[in-house]
Amino acid sequence: MPQIRLQNLVKRYGHLEVLHGIDLQMAENEFTVLVGPSGCGKSTTLRMIAGLETVSDGEIFFGDQPVSQLEPKDRGLAMVFQDYALYPHMDVAHNISFALRLQKRPKEEIKAKVKEVAEIVGLTDYLQRKPGALSGGQRQRVAMARALAKDSEIFLFDEPLSNLDAKLRGQMRAELAIMRQRVQKNMIYVTHDQIEAMTLADRIVVMSDGYIQQQGSPEELFKHPANKFVAGFLGSPPMNFLDSELIDLDGTLYAVGEGFRIAIPAEKAHALDQSDKAVTLGIRPSDLSYAPDAPPGLGLDLEVIVSEYVGAQSVLLCVCGQASVTVELKSETPIALGETLRFAVRPEGIHLFDRKTGTAL
Amino acid sequence: MRAQTLNRATPYMFMAPAAIIMAIALLYPLGYMIYGSFRDWNPSQSIGESEFVGLKNYITLFFDPAFRESLSVTLTFAFVVVAAEMVLGVGLALLLDRNIRGMSVLRTLFILPMMIAPVVVGLMWRYMYHPTVGTFNTMLKSWGFDGIDWLGQNALLSVIIADVWQWTPFIFILALAALQSLPRSALEAARIDGATAWQQIIHIKLPLMMPVLIVTGLLRLIDAFKVLEVILVMTEGGPGLSTEIVALRISRTATEFRELGVAAAMSNYLLMLLLLLTVAMFAITRLQEARAQRAARQIQED
Ligand SMILES: Nc1ncnc2c1ncn2[C@@H]1O[C@H](COP(=O)(O)OP(=O)(O)OP(=O)(O)O)[C@@H](O)[C@H]1O
Ligand SMILES: [Mg+2]
Repeated sequence: MPQIRLQNLVKRYGHLEVLHGIDLQMAENEFTVLVGPSGCGKSTTLRMIAGLETVSDGEIFFGDQPVSQLEPKDRGLAMVFQDYALYPHMDVAHNISFALRLQKRPKEEIKAKVKEVAEIVGLTDYLQRKPGALSGGQRQRVAMARALAKDSEIFLFDEPLSNLDAKLRGQMRAELAIMRQRVQKNMIYVTHDQIEAMTLADRIVVMSDGYIQQQGSPEELFKHPANKFVAGFLGSPPMNFLDSELIDLDGTLYAVGEGFRIAIPAEKAHALDQSDKAVTLGIRPSDLSYAPDAPPGLGLDLEVIVSEYVGAQSVLLCVCGQASVTVELKSETPIALGETLRFAVRPEGIHLFDRKTGTAL
Repeated sequence: MRAQTLNRATPYMFMAPAAIIMAIALLYPLGYMIYGSFRDWNPSQSIGESEFVGLKNYITLFFDPAFRESLSVTLTFAFVVVAAEMVLGVGLALLLDRNIRGMSVLRTLFILPMMIAPVVVGLMWRYMYHPTVGTFNTMLKSWGFDGIDWLGQNALLSVIIADVWQWTPFIFILALAALQSLPRSALEAARIDGATAWQQIIHIKLPLMMPVLIVTGLLRLIDAFKVLEVILVMTEGGPGLSTEIVALRISRTATEFRELGVAAAMSNYLLMLLLLLTVAMFAITRLQEARAQRAARQIQED
């Protein structure tokens, strides 16, 4: 079944436009993750696909069929809500089988289906309970089971894990990844958690303020962010940004800023057409490694301000001139606060952005 | 030690004024009434002069066809109006639970009847039901139909209509409030699961509103048993005994027949009926609480 295609999708609430022409094409059976900061329009997009919000402009296609005028029930999709949206007065079995019962499927078939999906999500012992007597994680599973029972071609998830505690979230994320291998369906998943996005997605769509900033595979977006926003949004800890100028010294292009000078690798320098330009230098913490004897031009001198111990690794918050820089370091490395350390920059890890527009150079 | 005693006494001290008022305003008259119901007592006597007759008043009443008739009128009236009001009120709420422009004005209009004083409602309807100059019959006649003998042959139906007009809004507001506090996402989930508007009502909305609706219905029922003014003004219980509800009969027994003891016994019958309903209402709320607690326990056991 179908590719899902959003064509110039616009959403207005009165005069307020919150989605400004979303164009998006998802391949068959793709796991698409919409990710972005709070209020950027992820839920709105998803709810328009589900038919819970009207489309102000543009069109949604499932395959070749425009669906924006169809009722939710005629779109053939299943959805998992952020607050689970279980039916409080029905026990787990009835929650799961609600859609099937409305379709008047035979009793035995319904029973078998309930049993099957309950096993997938590990709820077999809880079928007689009401949602009120379930823990958050169990409710989440019921919501998942209810969606699975429908055999829809399209699955929508709106931040299904956000109400769970960190440990359970990790566990459910792994289970989702496993389920995703088994259930080959179109899935659209909304989250503002970039780790969920990176681990689950075939395609990530990064949104901000009602625009799509960039879409592509997780690796593509991580390695080649289209702009500063995407670069800063994906990756944890986030990318460091340093204001600098491009200056040509003896045939080598350098990014020069307050207290540092980093050589731009030759291939990258060729692609840039001009020097003497105000840019933002972006370097991920993972592309910085502790190297006391790195030659100047390949390293940054950073003064350690805070050290956050997180286990094997420590996260150091440092300053370089006016800019703050985050780096990671093996915890056993002996360092003192206030000390200045040198970190080598991996040449492939150098990102340059236009300082005015934020687009990647 | 003393401080502790004082501490323990504090809540009772705060409750004392309310308790005293309750005792004076509620328990004393109630006790007086119960005491009086065992006596053959007429208004010219003081209660001390009246003669003790045991359960005689209750027994006579039990076999008194007029009282039985009045009881059955009350029961018919109460159950019919509450059933009609529930259906209409909940139906209206389901219909008007949407955000369309002008809906808030419409909702306010629907609530108006409830805010009119009962006596005024009675007068208004008596005028509208008037056989010759009343609104309904002039309208019917202008359309070429015969007039209807509203407060004569169809008196009970007529007072029922008036009561439904006045109290449907009460059910309407409470049902609307219940509707609007339903979990929105559960309804959205139902839409995605394929429920039509009607199926959403049957399978999701009504079951979720049920606790509120049960309590609302019982409240209305208790109130309907005590109705007096509207009927008093409209029909005075007539014609015959056809609209003589118990409350009306009590007041007539006391004032016209001058039998305070019998009136008191009658009041007690009514009181027992209401108590039964109230207990039922409490039992239902308790049941719901118990269910919630059981659910909470189950979570802890996992
Ligand atoms: N009913 C509404 N009326 C007006 N504005 C709305 C309405 N619903 C949403 N918005 C606006 O639309 C924008 C997008 O909302 P949306 O719920 O899609 O955000 P989101 O990306 O899902 O955020 P979050 O991660 O917090 O869930 C927000 O700025 C919000 O204020
Ligand atoms: Mg959202």
